[in-house]
Amino acid sequence: MEKFTTLQSRAIPLHIENVDTDQIIPARFLKATDRKGFGDNVFRDWRYHKDGTINTDFVLNDSKYSGSILVAGDNFGCGSSREHAAWAITDFGFKVVVSSFFADIFKGNALNNGLLPVQVSLAFLSDLMQRVVSNPETELVVDLEKQIISVKDSELSENFEIDAYKKTCMINGYDDIDYLINNKEQIEAFEAQKIY
Amino acid sequence: MGKTLFDKVWDSHVVSTIENGPQILYIDKHLIHEVTSPQAFNELEDRGIPVFRPNQIVATADHNTPTLHQDQPIKDELSRKQLEQLSENCKKNSITLYELGHKYNGIVHVMAPELGVTQPGITMVCGDSHTSTHGAFGAIAFGIGTSQVAQVFASQCLLLTKPKSLRVTVNGKLRNGVLPKDVILYIISKLGTNSGTGYFCEYAGNVFEDMSMEGRMTVCNMSIEMGARGGMIAPDETTFEYVKGREFAPKGEEFDKKVAYWKTLPTDSDAKFDKEYSFDAEDIEPMITYGTNPGMGIKISETIPVDENPSFKKSLAYMNFEVGESLINKPINFVFIGSCTNSRIEDFRVAANYIKGKKKAANVTAWLVPGSKQVETQIIEEGLKSIFDEAGFELRQPGCSACLAMNDDKIPQGEYCVSTSNRNFEGRQGQGSRTILASPLVAAATAVEGKIIDISKQLN
Repeated sequence: MEKFTTLQSRAIPLHIENVDTDQIIPARFLKATDRKGFGDNVFRDWRYHKDGTINTDFVLNDSKYSGSILVAGDNFGCGSSREHAAWAITDFGFKVVVSSFFADIFKGNALNNGLLPVQVSLAFLSDLMQRVVSNPETELVVDLEKQIISVKDSELSENFEIDAYKKTCMINGYDDIDYLINNKEQIEAFEAQKIY
Repeated sequence: MGKTLFDKVWDSHVVSTIENGPQILYIDKHLIHEVTSPQAFNELEDRGIPVFRPNQIVATADHNTPTLHQDQPIKDELSRKQLEQLSENCKKNSITLYELGHKYNGIVHVMAPELGVTQPGITMVCGDSHTSTHGAFGAIAFGIGTSQVAQVFASQCLLLTKPKSLRVTVNGKLRNGVLPKDVILYIISKLGTNSGTGYFCEYAGNVFEDMSMEGRMTVCNMSIEMGARGGMIAPDETTFEYVKGREFAPKGEEFDKKVAYWKTLPTDSDAKFDKEYSFDAEDIEPMITYGTNPGMGIKISETIPVDENPSFKKSLAYMNFEVGESLINKPINFVFIGSCTNSRIEDFRVAANYIKGKKKAANVTAWLVPGSKQVETQIIEEGLKSIFDEAGFELRQPGCSACLAMNDDKIPQGEYCVSTSNRNFEGRQGQGSRTILASPLVAAATAVEGKIIDISKQLN
């Protein structure tokens, strides 16, 4: 997993609530058996019309906006557990998703792939969304060490929560498998004396 | 203070706790399928890590399988490869696989309970969000991502922070024609799609106590649609009776010992939940959804509510519905009865009972997709197939099918489908398709009438 410490970038505003993982990557693209290449089809049915032509109304196709931060509406990543959603978003080039609320499974999948979910208050999100929409050159700074997200050259900033263990993993690029395998003896001891 | 059912099962599976961090939770059973496992197998292979407990893994092919001509080679090359890879991975790692055509093959959340793999008091995971289904037995069961599939392969454990607890109580007498699907659609319509995020939900009250295991599975299945990682119902005589005698259920004295333990699991009377809701059974009517998330549901007799939220408006525009509109008499051309929510024998009995002696409307394509080979066999043996055939319904072979339309079972652009599945997201059943979630009874009635009707009026 790639390490994450701080990131300064412009952002792309996705002003839609309840974005489910079927929108992030539709089921028909889940036939691949590796983790690469899903970025081509991220938000496929919003980015393209059914005949394959580009939907110029969709924000990802608006050349005004760029950057590796996605600012999304409330309850992002609900629905299916497909980790392909996190793979698609990272493969497209995002390193951070900002929302006021994340679905559990998506949040875990993101953290397991070096994609930082930054959960902010509804008021902060609304302010941030408006600034990014109106000024595509707005630069955001995400500091994982200090757990702060801020808008560069402005007073707007907010602290965000992250599990201390997951934070260490992100900063060092560790994943859970390493940790679990190092605890095999403990797991075997548990198996030998389990009570149920 | 007393413990909840969830506390009891969770606490008995904690291997250890990381200071200021998550816990190592032991996983008893790991279910896998073709779509979310290949990358996990690859990861282990790349890192030279063996599968730790292959005997605790059960595999099936379901998401990406055809529902016609299962005895013939799969035409779609990518689908065929994905299934071949599952077979190879299972063979290489000595994992039991019930592949396409096997008498135990089926949707992972239908076949595992049928085989007695699912039992009270255990922990269970699968790379599928509807793993919450198995909570119907009083198990802790939840969906995981592929990185976590790899973690369980490597260690039979997961690193997790204990979720908070939520209880939804429904007491009273359900009205005629109100099925378990209506109960859960009603709950989600009241609580919204993210009310359960961060929580495990216990369903309590006489409505759930009186339900069959099939009904309880339908309810727990959709826990994830209100954001809850899992749902649970206290194990009781109905549960024990269901588990008894199944292929992998404990037998003889061992079964009795297990039952004695399972009886200790229900929530203590003085246990506290982080959040509680309760509803009156009499207020529930047959339900239907009108939008693009499962929380956008109404009683079939109601009209679409007013909401100024832009996401709500976007959703109605996608569905081509208007605020204040009733869905009664909307012409419908597609009906799907199936999915891990409603593809068990009881669901087909309900449908057959309504359909018997009637005919499908000429405009409707009606697919009936059993959840497993065993359900398919039962449909034939109980004579339901002939009822469906005579009425013009098409009985397919088992699989996830049009619930997520990974295979050829897709609803065409712009068409409405009254579906017994669990998600009405944009394009879920095919690009541009419009899904209306409902119970098997409402779905059957829609297929017969060719339009949505107020089933409660017809029944009373």
